[in-house]
Amino acid sequence: MTEMTEFSPPARTLSRRQSEARMAWLFSAPALFLLVVFLIIPFIMAFWFSFTDQRLVPNLNLPTQFVGLRNFVRLAQDETFRRAIFNNFYFVLIVVPLQTSLALLLALLINQKIKGVNLFRAAYFSPVVVTMVVVSVIWTFLYNPGEGMINQFIHTLSLGRLGPYDWLESTTLAFPSIMLLSIWQGVGFQMVIYLAGLQDIPEQLYEAAQIDGANNVQQFFYVTLPQLRNTTIFVVLATTILAFKLFTQVWVMQGPSGHPQGSTMTTIVYVVSKGFKQGKIGYASAMTVVFFLIVLAVSMLQRTFLQEERAVD
Amino acid sequence: MTVLTRSPYPAQYRLRKSLRRALDYLVMILLAAFFLFPIIFMLVSSIKNNETQVMSDMSSLYAFVPRGDVGLKNYFDVFAAMPFGHFLFNSVFIVGLTVGGGLVVNSLIAYALARLRFRGRSLVLGVVVALIIIPFEAVAVPLLLVVNRFGWLDSYHVQIIPFIADAFSIFLFYQFFISIPKDLEEAALIDGASLFQIYRTIILPLSRPVFATVAILQFLTHWGDFLWPLMVTRGEEFRPLPVAMQQFFSMDPKMWGDIMAFAAMITLPVLILFLLFQKWFVQSVATSGVKG
Repeated sequence: MTEMTEFSPPARTLSRRQSEARMAWLFSAPALFLLVVFLIIPFIMAFWFSFTDQRLVPNLNLPTQFVGLRNFVRLAQDETFRRAIFNNFYFVLIVVPLQTSLALLLALLINQKIKGVNLFRAAYFSPVVVTMVVVSVIWTFLYNPGEGMINQFIHTLSLGRLGPYDWLESTTLAFPSIMLLSIWQGVGFQMVIYLAGLQDIPEQLYEAAQIDGANNVQQFFYVTLPQLRNTTIFVVLATTILAFKLFTQVWVMQGPSGHPQGSTMTTIVYVVSKGFKQGKIGYASAMTVVFFLIVLAVSMLQRTFLQEERAVD
Repeated sequence: MTVLTRSPYPAQYRLRKSLRRALDYLVMILLAAFFLFPIIFMLVSSIKNNETQVMSDMSSLYAFVPRGDVGLKNYFDVFAAMPFGHFLFNSVFIVGLTVGGGLVVNSLIAYALARLRFRGRSLVLGVVVALIIIPFEAVAVPLLLVVNRFGWLDSYHVQIIPFIADAFSIFLFYQFFISIPKDLEEAALIDGASLFQIYRTIILPLSRPVFATVAILQFLTHWGDFLWPLMVTRGEEFRPLPVAMQQFFSMDPKMWGDIMAFAAMITLPVLILFLLFQKWFVQSVATSGVKG
């Protein structure tokens, strides 16, 4: 057989090309099929539904109608939606800087060549492997009003001057309480990403800085931070996107209405309340579209910053 | 280091250095306490048989001390109140098939994209990379309508099939495959091996690290899945652990000892896996930061 093909090189290459292409499509088909059916089509449907009054359970007397921009106009006037979007931005504003700097601090600490560092790394990372529903349940117990552990802790630290607070029932405290447990759970993940970034910094840069007489603080600001620029952009924007997805903690601890008085409502909680609980797919899809555009804008920001970096290099 | 030993005040310097080290350890221990105390609190509360003790201990350091009537009563209570074993099976089954199916399907397309020449290759690659930024939350509601029309609600497959293909997993596989030198495959091709044989006998054994990475990342994502199973499971039959936990949690009156036992049983298997394979977990997470 090999002898046969050797005598006809053009036919051989052609058929091999073809069979290679056929195999390629065969290998790609399962993933492509699933991505089209369960990601691309629903994604396009979300845009389409946002211009209709589509319902989850079809009503034969009221066929689905094209309603133009009505959903978006209503969204703009919807107090709850405005509160949800506001809360997501509020979350970003507080959590992103705190979580990013804490992640960097943790990474710097465990990047030292000292004994027991692996134990500390395990400790800081372990909340990441605790499922968010469980995290919400444990912290609800910690936030127990009156005699709860966090109240008692603050009471003791302030020598009896502060507390007790009703963390999850207060319109001003409930959302920050959720921020705290979100940071607790998520920061280990970003720490590891920073750790990888730190280990990529060439040792010679520090040696050069030491020869120039730079102290530790100067080394941090003139070597470490600039070298971590891309890592920081990644961590900041990934955390921002996560903040816009905020759902489980609020749903488990404060329910579908963002108790108390909608003060913990978020975009995705509202999407699920409207789309799943009330079956208003059209209205929920319009929110989904707004949510996606925000995520898209954040991702674009990331691309721009990173490209800028490459251009400078 | 060598520069510093030439310091004119070695003794003073050494003192300052050990003080700094002590301070580092103090900060690290305080931070470790912050990250571990809720987990220890959960574990210790779960083995206190007496509910009143759980409640009275929670406002002092006794919350972290297994004292009084210690045992597994809360765990038995959970099994008596709910088919916990069945929920555990559901979670393991759903996550196992999602991750396992994903390893096969996503690595195959990534191999085609990384190695095979075909028309449309760069288009497919471009689409896959673009899909990474679509969060599941952006398609959850229309997807609910789709699976509702398929008649898929309340089943295992509704929780598995939509999540097998994953754009980011494909991207991770792709990046790894293009870094493997081609020599071996070329030699195998000359020996007359088929493309699938090459994938199975050359690519797979060389790619264990990326398979582990994708498996761990996907496992961490799906073990805690809550939003989707909340929407698509109505009864107990197909319900996974996180939704069961939430339901158990919202029952009144709240028995905190039992709730903590339930929480501990979801957490411990993953925590043990993490402690055993810490290096792999950390490496996987580090890899997820390279995109962009």
